[in-house]
Amino acid sequence: MKKIEAIIRPERLTETIKGLKRIGITGFTVSQVVGRGKQKDTQGVYRGKNYQVTLHPKVKMEIVLSDYLVESTIQSIITSAQSGEDGDGKIYVYPILEAYNIRTGTIDFDIEDLAKGEG
Amino acid sequence: MELMYINTVWVVLAAAMVLFMEGGFSLLEAGFVRTKNAVNVTMKIFVDLTIGALAFWLIGFGIMFGKDAFGFIGTSLLGNPEKIALSIELPSVAFVLFQMGFAVACVSIISGAVAERMNFKAYVVTAALICMIIYPLSGHWIWNSDGWLERLGMKDFAGSAAIHALGGFTAFTMAKLLGPRKGRFNSDGSVNVFAPSNIPLASAGAFILWFGWFAFNAGSTLDASSSALAPIAINTMLAGASGGSAALFLTMRKFGKADPSMTINGVLAGLVAITAGCAYVSEWSAILIGILSGLIVIYATLFVDYLKVDDPVGAVAVHGFGGVFGTIAVGLLDQSQGFLTTGDFSLLKVQLLGAVVVIVWGLIGGTIIAKVCEKTVGFRASEREEEEGLDMSYHGIPAYNELERFTDIPASLFNFEETTGITVASPAIRKEKEVI
Repeated sequence: MKKIEAIIRPERLTETIKGLKRIGITGFTVSQVVGRGKQKDTQGVYRGKNYQVTLHPKVKMEIVLSDYLVESTIQSIITSAQSGEDGDGKIYVYPILEAYNIRTGTIDFDIEDLAKGEG
Repeated sequence: MELMYINTVWVVLAAAMVLFMEGGFSLLEAGFVRTKNAVNVTMKIFVDLTIGALAFWLIGFGIMFGKDAFGFIGTSLLGNPEKIALSIELPSVAFVLFQMGFAVACVSIISGAVAERMNFKAYVVTAALICMIIYPLSGHWIWNSDGWLERLGMKDFAGSAAIHALGGFTAFTMAKLLGPRKGRFNSDGSVNVFAPSNIPLASAGAFILWFGWFAFNAGSTLDASSSALAPIAINTMLAGASGGSAALFLTMRKFGKADPSMTINGVLAGLVAITAGCAYVSEWSAILIGILSGLIVIYATLFVDYLKVDDPVGAVAVHGFGGVFGTIAVGLLDQSQGFLTTGDFSLLKVQLLGAVVVIVWGLIGGTIIAKVCEKTVGFRASEREEEEGLDMSYHGIPAYNELERFTDIPASLFNFEETTGITVASPAIRKEKEVI
Protein backbone atom coordinates (compact mmCIF):
# COMPACT_ATOMS: atom_id res chain seq x y z
CA MET A 1 0.00 0.00 0.00
CA LYS A 2 1.45 3.37 -1.05
CA LYS A 3 0.52 7.03 -0.98
CA ILE A 4 1.37 9.06 -4.04
CA GLU A 5 1.74 12.75 -3.37
CA ALA A 6 1.86 14.77 -6.57
CA ILE A 7 2.45 18.54 -6.57
CA ILE A 8 1.48 19.91 -9.96
CA ARG A 9 0.54 23.07 -11.83
CA PRO A 10 -3.03 24.20 -11.05
CA GLU A 11 -3.88 24.59 -14.74
CA ARG A 12 -2.96 20.93 -15.33
CA LEU A 13 -5.27 19.58 -12.66
CA THR A 14 -8.26 18.93 -14.93
CA GLU A 15 -6.06 17.14 -17.47
CA THR A 16 -4.45 15.05 -14.73
CA ILE A 17 -7.79 14.02 -13.26
CA LYS A 18 -9.03 13.06 -16.72
CA GLY A 19 -5.90 11.00 -17.31
CA LEU A 20 -6.27 9.18 -13.99
CA LYS A 21 -9.90 8.46 -14.75
CA ARG A 22 -8.86 6.77 -17.98
CA ILE A 23 -6.83 4.22 -16.02
CA GLY A 24 -9.59 3.84 -13.45
CA ILE A 25 -8.25 5.95 -10.60
CA THR A 26 -11.05 8.14 -9.30
CA GLY A 27 -10.39 8.57 -5.57
CA PHE A 28 -7.97 11.22 -4.28
CA THR A 29 -7.62 14.34 -2.15
CA VAL A 30 -6.67 17.67 -3.75
CA SER A 31 -5.54 20.76 -1.91
CA GLN A 32 -4.33 24.20 -2.95
CA VAL A 33 -0.80 24.81 -1.82
CA VAL A 34 2.04 27.21 -2.45
CA GLY A 35 5.69 26.41 -2.61
CA ARG A 36 8.89 26.68 -4.54
CA GLY A 37 11.48 24.59 -6.21
CA LYS A 38 13.43 25.56 -9.32
CA GLN A 39 10.73 27.69 -10.94
CA LYS A 40 11.78 31.32 -11.25
CA ASP A 41 10.03 33.93 -9.14
CA THR A 42 7.12 35.63 -10.85
CA GLN A 43 7.66 39.33 -11.19
CA GLY A 44 4.78 41.37 -9.85
CA VAL A 45 4.21 45.12 -9.74
CA TYR A 46 2.22 46.98 -7.15
CA ARG A 47 2.05 50.79 -7.03
CA GLY A 48 5.18 51.07 -9.06
CA LYS A 49 7.19 48.74 -6.86
CA ASN A 50 8.37 45.42 -8.17
CA TYR A 51 7.93 42.43 -5.98
CA GLN A 52 8.69 38.75 -6.36
CA VAL A 53 6.09 36.06 -5.96
CA THR A 54 8.41 33.63 -4.25
CA LEU A 55 5.83 30.96 -3.54
CA HIS A 56 4.07 29.66 -6.62
CA PRO A 57 0.50 28.39 -6.48
CA LYS A 58 0.32 24.63 -6.99
CA VAL A 59 -2.13 21.88 -6.25
CA LYS A 60 -1.30 18.77 -4.28
CA MET A 61 -2.96 15.45 -5.07
CA GLU A 62 -2.81 12.62 -2.59
CA ILE A 63 -3.70 9.15 -3.81
CA VAL A 64 -3.57 5.96 -1.74
CA LEU A 65 -3.17 2.81 -3.82
CA SER A 66 -2.19 -0.82 -3.88
CA ASP A 67 1.45 -1.31 -4.87
CA TYR A 68 0.73 -2.73 -8.31
CA LEU A 69 -1.15 0.44 -9.35
CA VAL A 70 1.61 2.86 -8.35
CA GLU A 71 3.72 2.67 -11.51
CA SER A 72 0.88 3.27 -13.97
CA THR A 73 -0.55 6.09 -11.83
CA ILE A 74 2.79 7.89 -11.72
CA GLN A 75 3.16 7.54 -15.47
CA SER A 76 -0.32 8.92 -16.00
CA ILE A 77 0.33 11.95 -13.81
CA ILE A 78 3.64 12.68 -15.52
CA THR A 79 2.04 12.47 -18.96
CA SER A 80 -0.80 14.82 -18.03
CA ALA A 81 1.03 17.34 -15.88
CA GLN A 82 4.29 17.74 -17.77
CA SER A 83 4.94 20.97 -19.66
CA GLY A 84 8.72 20.59 -19.81
CA GLU A 85 9.54 23.77 -17.92
CA ASP A 86 10.67 24.42 -14.37
CA GLY A 87 7.71 24.36 -12.03
CA ASP A 88 6.03 21.23 -13.30
CA GLY A 89 6.16 19.80 -9.80
CA LYS A 90 7.14 16.66 -7.94
CA ILE A 91 5.80 13.21 -7.16
CA TYR A 92 6.59 11.50 -3.87
CA VAL A 93 5.70 7.95 -2.91
CA TYR A 94 5.23 6.97 0.73
CA PRO A 95 4.49 3.64 2.36
CA ILE A 96 1.16 3.49 4.16
CA LEU A 97 0.97 1.49 7.36
CA GLU A 98 -2.75 1.29 7.89
CA ALA A 99 -5.89 2.71 6.35
CA TYR A 100 -9.26 2.96 8.06
CA ASN A 101 -12.66 3.43 6.56
CA ILE A 102 -14.52 5.93 8.73
CA ARG A 103 -17.97 4.89 7.54
CA THR A 104 -17.55 1.27 8.55
CA GLY A 105 -14.96 1.87 11.27
CA THR A 106 -12.86 -1.03 10.07
CA ILE A 107 -9.41 -1.40 8.61
CA ASP A 108 -9.46 -1.03 4.83
CA PHE A 109 -7.77 -4.19 3.59
CA ASP A 110 -9.10 -3.83 0.09
CA ILE A 111 -7.24 -0.61 -0.55
CA GLU A 112 -8.04 -0.65 -4.23
CA ASP A 113 -11.53 0.51 -3.32
CA LEU A 114 -10.13 3.78 -2.05
CA ALA A 115 -8.77 4.95 -5.34
CA LYS A 116 -10.64 2.80 -7.82
CA GLY A 117 -14.23 3.94 -7.79
CA GLU A 118 -16.96 2.91 -10.17
CA GLY A 119 -17.06 6.31 -11.88
CA MET B 1 -36.11 79.16 -16.10
CA GLU B 2 -36.80 77.27 -12.86
CA LEU B 3 -37.35 74.16 -14.97
CA MET B 4 -33.82 74.60 -16.29
CA TYR B 5 -32.42 74.35 -12.75
CA ILE B 6 -34.36 71.27 -11.73
CA ASN B 7 -33.61 69.59 -15.05
CA THR B 8 -29.92 70.29 -14.57
CA VAL B 9 -29.97 68.66 -11.16
CA TRP B 10 -31.97 65.68 -12.40
CA VAL B 11 -29.90 64.97 -15.48
CA VAL B 12 -26.54 65.46 -13.78
CA LEU B 13 -27.61 63.12 -10.99
CA ALA B 14 -28.99 60.64 -13.50
CA ALA B 15 -25.72 60.79 -15.45
CA ALA B 16 -23.79 60.07 -12.27
CA MET B 17 -26.06 57.10 -11.56
CA VAL B 18 -25.58 55.76 -15.08
CA LEU B 19 -21.83 56.13 -14.71
CA PHE B 20 -22.07 54.37 -11.34
CA MET B 21 -23.47 51.38 -13.23
CA GLU B 22 -19.87 50.77 -14.28
CA GLY B 23 -19.28 49.75 -10.68
CA GLY B 24 -22.09 47.26 -11.14
CA PHE B 25 -20.54 45.90 -14.32
CA SER B 26 -17.14 45.50 -12.69
CA LEU B 27 -18.46 43.64 -9.64
CA LEU B 28 -20.75 41.49 -11.77
CA GLU B 29 -17.92 40.45 -14.05
CA ALA B 30 -15.37 40.03 -11.27
CA GLY B 31 -17.82 37.71 -9.57
CA PHE B 32 -18.55 35.64 -12.67
CA VAL B 33 -15.01 35.08 -13.94
CA ARG B 34 -12.40 32.84 -12.38
CA THR B 35 -10.35 34.26 -9.52
CA LYS B 36 -7.20 34.55 -11.62
CA ASN B 37 -8.87 37.09 -13.96
CA ALA B 38 -10.85 39.22 -11.52
CA VAL B 39 -8.43 42.15 -11.54
CA ASN B 40 -8.32 42.13 -15.33
CA VAL B 41 -12.09 42.56 -15.78
CA THR B 42 -12.07 45.36 -13.21
CA MET B 43 -9.25 47.09 -15.04
CA LYS B 44 -11.20 46.80 -18.28
CA ILE B 45 -14.06 48.71 -16.70
CA PHE B 46 -11.53 51.40 -15.78
CA VAL B 47 -10.52 51.52 -19.43
CA ASP B 48 -14.20 52.09 -20.34
CA LEU B 49 -14.53 54.95 -17.90
CA THR B 50 -11.25 56.59 -18.80
CA ILE B 51 -10.31 55.98 -22.44
CA GLY B 52 -13.88 55.22 -23.53
CA ALA B 53 -15.33 58.34 -21.95
CA LEU B 54 -12.66 60.59 -23.46
CA ALA B 55 -12.99 59.00 -26.89
CA PHE B 56 -16.72 59.59 -26.86
CA TRP B 57 -16.39 63.18 -25.69
CA LEU B 58 -13.76 63.92 -28.30
CA ILE B 59 -15.15 62.21 -31.40
CA GLY B 60 -18.08 59.91 -30.69
CA PHE B 61 -20.51 62.59 -29.60
CA GLY B 62 -20.02 64.53 -32.82
CA ILE B 63 -20.61 61.47 -34.96
CA MET B 64 -23.75 60.69 -32.99
CA PHE B 65 -25.36 64.10 -32.54
CA GLY B 66 -23.46 66.35 -34.95
CA LYS B 67 -24.80 67.88 -38.14
CA ASP B 68 -26.30 65.10 -40.20
CA ALA B 69 -24.92 63.87 -43.53
CA PHE B 70 -27.21 61.57 -45.56
CA GLY B 71 -29.02 60.37 -42.41
CA PHE B 72 -25.92 58.28 -41.88
CA ILE B 73 -23.28 60.11 -39.86
CA GLY B 74 -22.79 63.24 -37.81
CA THR B 75 -20.08 65.60 -38.94
CA SER B 76 -19.82 68.47 -36.47
CA LEU B 77 -19.19 68.97 -32.72
CA LEU B 78 -15.89 67.10 -32.82
CA GLY B 79 -13.91 68.13 -29.76
CA ASN B 80 -16.57 70.54 -28.57
CA PRO B 81 -19.73 68.54 -27.87
CA GLU B 82 -21.12 71.27 -25.60
CA LYS B 83 -21.88 73.37 -28.69
CA ILE B 84 -24.90 71.19 -29.43
CA ALA B 85 -28.14 73.20 -29.66
CA LEU B 86 -30.84 71.55 -27.58
CA SER B 87 -34.50 72.43 -28.00
CA ILE B 88 -35.23 71.47 -24.39
CA GLU B 89 -34.73 73.26 -21.09
CA LEU B 90 -31.38 71.73 -20.29
CA PRO B 91 -27.75 72.89 -20.36
CA SER B 92 -26.01 71.10 -23.20
CA VAL B 93 -23.15 69.91 -21.00
CA ALA B 94 -25.57 67.97 -18.80
CA PHE B 95 -26.79 66.20 -21.93
CA VAL B 96 -23.21 65.46 -22.98
CA LEU B 97 -22.42 63.95 -19.59
CA PHE B 98 -25.53 61.80 -19.68
CA GLN B 99 -24.74 60.50 -23.16
CA MET B 100 -21.21 59.73 -22.05
CA GLY B 101 -22.65 57.33 -19.48
CA PHE B 102 -24.52 55.52 -22.26
CA ALA B 103 -21.47 55.15 -24.48
CA VAL B 104 -19.40 53.79 -21.62
CA ALA B 105 -22.16 51.29 -20.78
CA CYS B 106 -22.07 49.99 -24.35
CA VAL B 107 -18.36 49.08 -24.08
CA SER B 108 -18.82 47.46 -20.68
CA ILE B 109 -21.28 45.01 -22.22
CA ILE B 110 -18.52 43.79 -24.48
CA SER B 111 -15.93 43.54 -21.73
CA GLY B 112 -17.88 40.70 -20.11
CA ALA B 113 -18.15 38.56 -23.22
CA VAL B 114 -14.45 38.78 -24.06
CA ALA B 115 -13.28 38.26 -20.48
CA GLU B 116 -10.47 35.93 -19.41
CA ARG B 117 -8.68 35.65 -22.76
CA MET B 118 -8.40 38.98 -24.54
CA ASN B 119 -5.19 40.92 -24.89
CA PHE B 120 -5.44 43.93 -22.58
CA LYS B 121 -4.03 46.32 -25.17
CA ALA B 122 -6.60 45.07 -27.65
CA TYR B 123 -9.29 45.95 -25.14
CA VAL B 124 -8.01 49.52 -24.95
CA VAL B 125 -8.29 49.72 -28.75
CA THR B 126 -11.76 48.19 -28.54
CA ALA B 127 -13.01 50.72 -25.99
CA ALA B 128 -11.73 53.59 -28.11
CA LEU B 129 -13.22 52.25 -31.36
CA ILE B 130 -16.61 51.48 -29.82
CA CYS B 131 -16.90 54.95 -28.30
CA MET B 132 -15.57 56.78 -31.36
CA ILE B 133 -17.28 54.95 -34.23
CA ILE B 134 -19.28 51.78 -33.67
CA TYR B 135 -21.75 52.96 -31.04
CA PRO B 136 -22.13 56.59 -32.20
CA LEU B 137 -22.80 55.59 -35.80
CA SER B 138 -25.80 53.35 -35.15
CA GLY B 139 -26.74 55.73 -32.34
CA HIS B 140 -26.87 58.47 -34.96
CA TRP B 141 -29.25 56.41 -37.11
CA ILE B 142 -31.58 55.75 -34.17
CA TRP B 143 -31.37 58.85 -32.01
CA ASN B 144 -30.25 61.82 -34.09
CA SER B 145 -33.36 63.67 -35.27
CA ASP B 146 -32.05 63.32 -38.84
CA GLY B 147 -30.92 59.70 -38.58
CA TRP B 148 -32.49 57.38 -41.14
CA LEU B 149 -34.05 54.96 -38.63
CA GLU B 150 -35.33 57.85 -36.53
CA ARG B 151 -36.98 59.32 -39.64
CA LEU B 152 -38.71 56.01 -40.31
CA GLY B 153 -40.22 56.37 -36.84
CA MET B 154 -38.19 53.83 -34.89
CA LYS B 155 -38.88 53.97 -31.15
CA ASP B 156 -36.02 53.21 -28.80
CA PHE B 157 -36.53 55.26 -25.67
CA ALA B 158 -33.36 54.59 -23.69
CA GLY B 159 -31.41 52.25 -25.92
CA SER B 160 -32.46 48.58 -26.01
CA ALA B 161 -31.31 48.62 -29.62
CA ALA B 162 -28.86 51.53 -29.70
CA ILE B 163 -26.87 50.39 -26.67
CA HIS B 164 -27.75 46.88 -25.52
CA ALA B 165 -28.46 45.00 -28.75
CA LEU B 166 -25.51 46.68 -30.44
CA GLY B 167 -23.19 45.97 -27.53
CA GLY B 168 -24.50 42.43 -27.24
CA PHE B 169 -23.96 41.50 -30.87
CA THR B 170 -20.62 43.25 -31.16
CA ALA B 171 -19.70 41.22 -28.08
CA PHE B 172 -20.99 38.06 -29.76
CA THR B 173 -18.83 38.64 -32.82
CA MET B 174 -15.72 39.40 -30.82
CA ALA B 175 -16.22 36.42 -28.50
CA LYS B 176 -16.67 34.21 -31.57
CA LEU B 177 -13.53 35.54 -33.26
CA LEU B 178 -11.49 35.33 -30.06
CA GLY B 179 -12.38 31.69 -29.64
CA PRO B 180 -13.33 30.02 -26.38
CA ARG B 181 -11.29 30.07 -23.20
CA LYS B 182 -8.87 27.17 -23.02
CA GLY B 183 -10.69 24.03 -21.93
CA ARG B 184 -14.18 25.51 -22.17
CA PHE B 185 -15.56 23.09 -24.76
CA ASN B 186 -14.82 19.38 -24.98
CA SER B 187 -14.19 17.62 -28.25
CA ASP B 188 -17.55 15.87 -27.96
CA GLY B 189 -19.30 19.25 -27.89
CA SER B 190 -20.10 19.35 -24.17
CA VAL B 191 -19.44 22.48 -22.12
CA ASN B 192 -17.22 22.64 -19.04
CA VAL B 193 -18.39 24.85 -16.22
CA PHE B 194 -15.73 27.26 -14.97
CA ALA B 195 -16.54 27.99 -11.35
CA PRO B 196 -17.27 31.69 -10.81
CA SER B 197 -15.03 33.39 -8.28
CA ASN B 198 -17.65 35.02 -6.11
CA ILE B 199 -21.44 34.92 -6.54
CA PRO B 200 -22.26 37.43 -3.76
CA LEU B 201 -19.92 39.90 -5.48
CA ALA B 202 -21.75 39.36 -8.78
CA SER B 203 -25.08 39.86 -7.01
CA ALA B 204 -23.88 43.14 -5.54
CA GLY B 205 -22.98 44.17 -9.08
CA ALA B 206 -26.48 43.31 -10.27
CA PHE B 207 -28.05 45.40 -7.48
CA ILE B 208 -25.94 48.39 -8.46
CA LEU B 209 -26.90 47.96 -12.11
CA TRP B 210 -30.56 47.77 -11.15
CA PHE B 211 -30.22 50.97 -9.11
CA GLY B 212 -28.50 52.75 -11.99
CA TRP B 213 -31.15 51.55 -14.42
CA PHE B 214 -33.72 53.92 -12.90
CA ALA B 215 -31.55 56.77 -14.10
CA PHE B 216 -30.77 55.00 -17.38
CA ASN B 217 -34.49 54.89 -18.24
CA ALA B 218 -36.13 57.68 -16.25
CA GLY B 219 -33.17 59.98 -16.86
CA SER B 220 -33.70 59.63 -20.59
CA THR B 221 -36.73 61.91 -20.24
CA LEU B 222 -34.09 64.66 -19.78
CA ASP B 223 -36.94 66.51 -18.10
CA ALA B 224 -37.71 66.41 -14.39
CA SER B 225 -41.20 67.80 -15.02
CA SER B 226 -42.14 64.99 -17.41
CA SER B 227 -45.30 63.15 -16.45
CA ALA B 228 -43.73 59.99 -17.88
CA LEU B 229 -40.94 59.94 -15.30
CA ALA B 230 -42.66 57.92 -12.58
CA PRO B 231 -44.36 55.47 -14.98
CA ILE B 232 -40.96 54.82 -16.57
CA ALA B 233 -39.47 54.10 -13.17
CA ILE B 234 -42.24 51.67 -12.21
CA ASN B 235 -42.04 49.94 -15.59
CA THR B 236 -38.31 49.52 -15.07
CA MET B 237 -38.87 48.00 -11.65
CA LEU B 238 -41.64 45.69 -12.84
CA ALA B 239 -39.72 44.40 -15.83
CA GLY B 240 -36.60 43.69 -13.79
CA ALA B 241 -38.60 41.92 -11.11
CA SER B 242 -40.60 39.82 -13.55
CA GLY B 243 -37.49 38.96 -15.58
CA GLY B 244 -35.80 37.71 -12.42
CA SER B 245 -38.91 35.80 -11.32
CA ALA B 246 -39.29 34.09 -14.68
CA ALA B 247 -35.64 33.04 -14.74
CA LEU B 248 -35.83 31.87 -11.13
CA PHE B 249 -38.87 29.66 -11.71
CA LEU B 250 -37.64 28.32 -15.03
CA THR B 251 -34.26 27.29 -13.59
CA MET B 252 -35.99 25.63 -10.63
CA ARG B 253 -38.13 23.68 -13.05
CA LYS B 254 -35.56 22.99 -15.72
CA PHE B 255 -32.42 22.37 -13.65
CA GLY B 256 -33.98 21.53 -10.27
CA LYS B 257 -32.15 24.37 -8.50
CA ALA B 258 -32.76 28.10 -8.24
CA ASP B 259 -29.74 29.22 -10.25
CA PRO B 260 -28.25 32.49 -8.90
CA SER B 261 -26.32 33.39 -12.05
CA MET B 262 -29.36 32.83 -14.27
CA THR B 263 -31.60 34.77 -11.88
CA ILE B 264 -29.18 37.69 -11.96
CA ASN B 265 -29.14 37.55 -15.74
CA GLY B 266 -32.93 37.23 -15.82
CA VAL B 267 -33.26 40.47 -13.88
CA LEU B 268 -30.78 42.18 -16.17
CA ALA B 269 -32.51 40.86 -19.29
CA GLY B 270 -35.82 42.24 -18.04
CA LEU B 271 -34.18 45.61 -17.47
CA VAL B 272 -32.52 45.55 -20.89
CA ALA B 273 -35.75 44.64 -22.65
CA ILE B 274 -37.84 47.36 -21.01
CA THR B 275 -35.26 50.01 -21.86
CA ALA B 276 -36.72 50.63 -25.32
CA GLY B 277 -40.35 50.64 -24.30
CA CYS B 278 -40.38 51.97 -20.74
CA ALA B 279 -42.03 55.23 -21.81
CA TYR B 280 -44.44 53.67 -24.29
CA VAL B 281 -45.95 50.58 -22.71
CA SER B 282 -48.40 49.94 -19.87
CA GLU B 283 -47.41 48.35 -16.58
CA TRP B 284 -48.89 44.99 -17.52
CA SER B 285 -46.97 45.08 -20.77
CA ALA B 286 -43.81 45.81 -18.80
CA ILE B 287 -44.41 42.70 -16.72
CA LEU B 288 -45.02 40.65 -19.86
CA ILE B 289 -41.83 41.98 -21.47
CA GLY B 290 -39.92 41.17 -18.30
CA ILE B 291 -41.23 37.61 -18.07
CA LEU B 292 -40.52 36.83 -21.70
CA SER B 293 -37.01 38.25 -21.57
CA GLY B 294 -36.33 36.27 -18.38
CA LEU B 295 -37.20 33.11 -20.29
CA ILE B 296 -35.36 34.19 -23.44
CA VAL B 297 -32.13 34.79 -21.55
CA ILE B 298 -31.91 31.19 -20.36
CA TYR B 299 -32.51 29.63 -23.77
CA ALA B 300 -30.25 32.25 -25.37
CA THR B 301 -27.45 31.32 -22.96
CA LEU B 302 -27.81 27.66 -23.91
CA PHE B 303 -28.00 28.64 -27.59
CA VAL B 304 -24.76 30.66 -27.38
CA ASP B 305 -23.07 27.66 -25.76
CA TYR B 306 -24.48 25.46 -28.52
CA LEU B 307 -22.86 27.73 -31.10
CA LYS B 308 -19.54 27.16 -29.32
CA VAL B 309 -19.22 30.85 -28.54
CA ASP B 310 -17.74 31.35 -25.10
CA ASP B 311 -19.42 34.17 -23.20
CA PRO B 312 -18.16 34.04 -19.59
CA VAL B 313 -20.80 36.33 -18.09
CA GLY B 314 -23.76 35.83 -20.43
CA ALA B 315 -23.56 39.32 -21.94
CA VAL B 316 -24.75 38.17 -25.37
CA ALA B 317 -27.83 36.50 -23.95
CA VAL B 318 -28.69 39.39 -21.64
CA HIS B 319 -27.88 42.41 -23.75
CA GLY B 320 -27.95 41.04 -27.29
CA PHE B 321 -31.02 38.86 -27.17
CA GLY B 322 -32.74 40.90 -24.44
CA GLY B 323 -32.11 44.12 -26.36
CA VAL B 324 -33.43 42.77 -29.66
CA PHE B 325 -36.50 41.38 -27.94
CA GLY B 326 -37.12 44.70 -26.18
CA THR B 327 -36.85 46.58 -29.46
CA ILE B 328 -39.39 44.31 -31.14
CA ALA B 329 -41.63 44.36 -28.06
CA VAL B 330 -42.17 48.10 -28.52
CA GLY B 331 -43.64 47.35 -31.94
CA LEU B 332 -46.00 44.85 -30.35
CA LEU B 333 -47.02 46.57 -27.13
CA ASP B 334 -46.68 50.34 -27.72
CA GLN B 335 -49.80 52.02 -26.37
CA SER B 336 -50.44 54.19 -29.43
CA GLN B 337 -48.97 52.20 -32.33
CA GLY B 338 -48.31 48.66 -31.08
CA PHE B 339 -49.43 45.72 -33.21
CA LEU B 340 -51.06 43.81 -30.33
CA THR B 341 -52.58 46.91 -28.73
CA THR B 342 -53.88 48.75 -31.81
CA GLY B 343 -53.48 46.35 -34.75
CA ASP B 344 -51.19 48.83 -36.48
CA PHE B 345 -48.41 46.94 -38.25
CA SER B 346 -46.26 49.89 -39.37
CA LEU B 347 -44.30 50.43 -36.13
CA LEU B 348 -43.56 46.73 -35.77
CA LYS B 349 -42.04 46.70 -39.24
CA VAL B 350 -39.77 49.62 -38.37
CA GLN B 351 -38.76 48.03 -35.07
CA LEU B 352 -37.94 44.74 -36.80
CA LEU B 353 -35.89 46.59 -39.39
CA GLY B 354 -34.10 48.51 -36.64
CA ALA B 355 -33.31 45.31 -34.74
CA VAL B 356 -31.91 43.63 -37.84
CA VAL B 357 -29.84 46.69 -38.74
CA VAL B 358 -28.34 46.81 -35.25
CA ILE B 359 -27.54 43.08 -35.27
CA VAL B 360 -25.84 43.35 -38.66
CA TRP B 361 -23.92 46.46 -37.64
CA GLY B 362 -22.86 44.67 -34.45
CA LEU B 363 -21.53 41.75 -36.49
CA ILE B 364 -19.69 44.08 -38.87
CA GLY B 365 -18.41 46.35 -36.09
CA GLY B 366 -17.12 43.43 -34.03
CA THR B 367 -15.27 42.04 -37.06
CA ILE B 368 -13.70 45.42 -37.81
CA ILE B 369 -12.44 45.75 -34.23
CA ALA B 370 -11.06 42.21 -34.24
CA LYS B 371 -9.18 42.84 -37.49
CA VAL B 372 -7.77 46.16 -36.29
CA CYS B 373 -6.59 44.54 -33.05
CA GLU B 374 -5.03 41.59 -34.87
CA LYS B 375 -3.12 43.94 -37.16
CA THR B 376 -1.88 46.22 -34.39
CA VAL B 377 -1.49 44.94 -30.83
CA GLY B 378 -2.67 41.34 -31.07
CA PHE B 379 -6.20 40.23 -30.32
CA ARG B 380 -5.91 37.31 -27.97
CA ALA B 381 -3.76 36.78 -24.90
CA SER B 382 -1.01 34.18 -25.31
CA GLU B 383 -1.66 30.68 -24.04
CA ARG B 384 0.82 31.20 -21.24
CA GLU B 385 -0.80 34.46 -20.13
CA GLU B 386 -4.20 32.84 -20.18
CA GLU B 387 -3.04 29.87 -18.11
CA GLU B 388 -1.24 32.00 -15.57
CA GLY B 389 -4.24 34.29 -15.33
CA LEU B 390 -4.56 37.75 -16.84
CA ASP B 391 -4.24 39.36 -13.39
CA MET B 392 -0.59 38.42 -13.00
CA SER B 393 0.20 38.62 -16.74
CA TYR B 394 -1.12 42.12 -17.35
CA HIS B 395 -1.44 43.75 -13.96
CA GLY B 396 1.15 42.09 -11.74
CA ILE B 397 -1.16 41.55 -8.83
CA PRO B 398 -3.67 38.86 -7.86
CA ALA B 399 -7.23 39.81 -6.90
CA TYR B 400 -7.22 38.01 -3.59
CA ASN B 401 -3.99 37.25 -1.79
CA GLU B 402 -5.47 34.02 -0.48
CA LEU B 403 -2.40 32.12 0.57
CA GLU B 404 -0.29 35.14 1.51
CA ARG B 405 2.03 34.30 -1.30
CA PHE B 406 4.16 37.39 -1.12
CA THR B 407 3.24 39.69 1.72
CA ASP B 408 5.44 39.38 4.79
CA ILE B 409 7.97 37.41 2.78
CA PRO B 410 11.27 39.17 2.06
CA ALA B 411 11.98 40.10 -1.55
CA SER B 412 13.93 36.94 -2.10
CA LEU B 413 14.17 34.03 0.25
CA PHE B 414 17.71 33.48 -0.88
CA ASN B 415 19.01 36.70 0.60
CA PHE B 416 16.78 36.44 3.65
CA GLU B 417 19.71 36.54 6.04
CA GLU B 418 21.20 39.61 4.41
CA THR B 419 17.97 41.59 4.26
CA THR B 420 16.85 40.82 7.80
CA GLY B 421 20.01 39.99 9.70
CA ILE B 422 18.25 36.97 11.12
CA THR B 423 20.16 33.72 11.07
CA VAL B 424 18.12 30.88 9.68
CA ALA B 425 20.47 27.95 9.48
CA SER B 426 21.48 26.21 12.71
CA PRO B 427 24.97 26.96 14.03
CA ALA B 428 26.15 23.41 13.32
CA ILE B 429 25.39 23.73 9.64
CA ARG B 430 26.96 27.15 9.50
CA LYS B 431 30.13 25.77 10.98
CA GLU B 432 30.20 23.06 8.36
CA LYS B 433 29.85 25.69 5.63
CA GLU B 434 32.71 27.71 7.02
CA VAL B 435 34.93 24.67 7.04
CA ILE B 436 34.16 24.08 3.39
